[in-house]
Amino acid sequence: MGTMSARILVVDDDRALAEMLGMVLQGEGFTTEHSADGTEAVEKFREMRPDLVLLDVMLPGLDGIEVAEKIRAESGTPIIMLTARTDTRDVVRGLEAGADDYVVKPFNPAELIARIRARLREPQQESSETLRIGDLTIDVSAHEVRRGSQPISLTPLEFDLLAILARKPQQVFTREVLLEKVWGYQYKADTRLVNVHVQRLRAKIEQDPDHPTIVTTVRGVGYRAGTPSE
Amino acid sequence: MSRARRTRLSTVLRRVRVKWLRATDPILGPFRARWRRSLMVRTMTTTGLVTGLIVLIAGLFILGSVADDLYSSRKEQALSDSARATLAAQRQIDASDATDRGGLSALAASVRRTVQDTSSSQMVYMRRQAGQGSYPDAPPPSYTSEMLPEAVTSELANAVQSGEEAQLWQPVTFTAEDGTLSSGIIVASSLTFPSGAGVYDLYIGYDLADTQDTLAFVQRTLLITAAAMMAFIGVLVWIMSRIVFRPIRAAAATSRRLAAGESDARMPLQNDEHFDVLSEGFNEMAETLQMRIQELDQLSEMQQRFVSDVSHELRTPLTTVRLASQVLQSNAEGLEAGQQRAVEVLNAQIDRFESLLEDLLEISRYDAGRVTLETEPTNLVKLATEVVDSLQPLSPGIIEVRALGGYGRVDVDARRIRRIVSNLVGNAIEHGEGREIVVTIDSNASAVSLAVRDWGIGMRADDLDHVFDRFWRADPSRKRTLGGTGLGLAIAQEDAAVHGGIIEAWSKPGQGTNFRLTLPRGDATSFMSPLPLVPDDVEAEGDPQATGGWLRRPLRRIRKEGRR
Repeated sequence: MGTMSARILVVDDDRALAEMLGMVLQGEGFTTEHSADGTEAVEKFREMRPDLVLLDVMLPGLDGIEVAEKIRAESGTPIIMLTARTDTRDVVRGLEAGADDYVVKPFNPAELIARIRARLREPQQESSETLRIGDLTIDVSAHEVRRGSQPISLTPLEFDLLAILARKPQQVFTREVLLEKVWGYQYKADTRLVNVHVQRLRAKIEQDPDHPTIVTTVRGVGYRAGTPSE
Repeated sequence: MSRARRTRLSTVLRRVRVKWLRATDPILGPFRARWRRSLMVRTMTTTGLVTGLIVLIAGLFILGSVADDLYSSRKEQALSDSARATLAAQRQIDASDATDRGGLSALAASVRRTVQDTSSSQMVYMRRQAGQGSYPDAPPPSYTSEMLPEAVTSELANAVQSGEEAQLWQPVTFTAEDGTLSSGIIVASSLTFPSGAGVYDLYIGYDLADTQDTLAFVQRTLLITAAAMMAFIGVLVWIMSRIVFRPIRAAAATSRRLAAGESDARMPLQNDEHFDVLSEGFNEMAETLQMRIQELDQLSEMQQRFVSDVSHELRTPLTTVRLASQVLQSNAEGLEAGQQRAVEVLNAQIDRFESLLEDLLEISRYDAGRVTLETEPTNLVKLATEVVDSLQPLSPGIIEVRALGGYGRVDVDARRIRRIVSNLVGNAIEHGEGREIVVTIDSNASAVSLAVRDWGIGMRADDLDHVFDRFWRADPSRKRTLGGTGLGLAIAQEDAAVHGGIIEAWSKPGQGTNFRLTLPRGDATSFMSPLPLVPDDVEAEGDPQATGGWLRRPLRRIRKEGRR
């Protein structure tokens, strides 16, 4: 599955925008399908199984945040939100609902393509690497995280985040570094992305998400992974 | 004339008053200040003084009448005692048949004893009245205490001698041997001795020391009573004024709470018709204020929602247009030259539209007071250097950063400060005529400052007044190289203001322009810029701004990050 043939589901109620988006994306070699309605989008997702979803926040039917929740409930497919509002809580709510990244309208097409590519990037193949962190075992090549024999399901983004932290236990990663390594931002971006996804990750891997031991916060600096236990 | 005199008098009075005020200031100064400031102090002092005066007058009156009463009753007693004694003595003389010297002497001695016994006084003085023919057998003057003859005045003696009244009295002061004085009275009468001895004056002295003691006791009692009463009244006044001022204090507390932003603070009812009028009026005012504020809040919220809606509505079609232009551009090779140019223009104008929309949204966010500061410790020198590095390619002249200070980190919203700096530097590039541009940074205890200087065309004074106006351009006909939106400096000024800072501009045609950003450190309300507004290379011409002077924190509504 190469990125060039990646299939993208565009969910936006503005047909003109969706059409132009389709043209630009096809120009970059992607395959696109379009859905203008939230409820329909979820069905389309199930039948199409796209590699990535571009999701407008304001939608008729189910709104973008609900769509993100529904998709996330059954799949880790990357979701990039399209939003016209940066100064409201919509962005945070969208990220909390499971969106991996967001772009603000009016966006630069090149920027959007870069964001899509970053999400579709194949994980660096480190030959059958196995990482241990806390009481977790991370099998990098198999994209698998287990607590004992119990597998934990993470989205690709959450997996990337955990793997990057786990490769260098005890090293503190600033939010900016994580933005660059996980999201592919070259310059300063919204650090809420990191905060929200660390929260989501903790909710899945920590025994007690309120008192994290695996991914801990270093106040004023960033995050780091704890040492392997046992 | 009289007016002139009155004026002169009032001048003199004023001068005296001022002198008095100055002279007593070290002692009365603090009290005067409290007097001026506190209604309670005034009430208590006035009440205290008035009651003190009344108590004093009442005390003096009581003391006076008690003294009078004591004195007159003692006098009456002395008079009746003396009358009785005189009568008894005369009776004894009449019953006697002494004629010779020895008999008369014995009679005189026995009469004196009788008088002593009957009169309840130990001070008796008897002497032959003057102006009678001498009689060798007459008994000589006799007395029981030396104080008495000394105290008898010739006035009294004359009065007795005149015989107009059988009994006379006079208040006197007795001087004891050891020099102590005591007040008393002398009652005088006369006795007629048989044969040639003639008429004798009889003086009986009454010492009033015991009466004086009683009076002193009464005085003491009165004084203690008065002091107790004053203390009691003082406490009473204090309690009363606390009770009376309680509603005022309640009003003050409530207004403080209102001022602190607690808009639902209300004054409790005080169970007094007068104060309840105040309470009700106050509460109505608070109600009205709260309603108005809510209305304004709603309005601001509506505006914010409107801005937000407009942003959404405008942003989506703008995105579509941008995408469409992208599609055109990626196929530009197949287009004619004119069409290619059209696509180029389309792209550039979309960029312009976008930044205009962005600036509009930003300024309306400021107008709605919906701005959230995300502060972080920032090194201004580093920030300015980054901005200059990114803008240097656009500038024909060299942009230099001179950091005299300001390396310490300051808590600012770096995004906004970066925007200010790139705005100012961008302006300098635009109007700098391709010459050098200098960015200076310095700090002092109260502020950090950044100035951007160019040696471009400069501005006239009346243009300078409008430089922060929205959509204002110094010269509409000038070619724009960087294509600002016309909102740049207005936004920069707001960006500075949310930090409590200020941007000022100096400019002279032909000498260039200097923009100075000054940000206060901490919560300082007034601060001084470490950099001069008028550049050093320009000779100051009595420009009041040249020295800098104190700057004041502008009033802005801001929200600090971390509040939901």
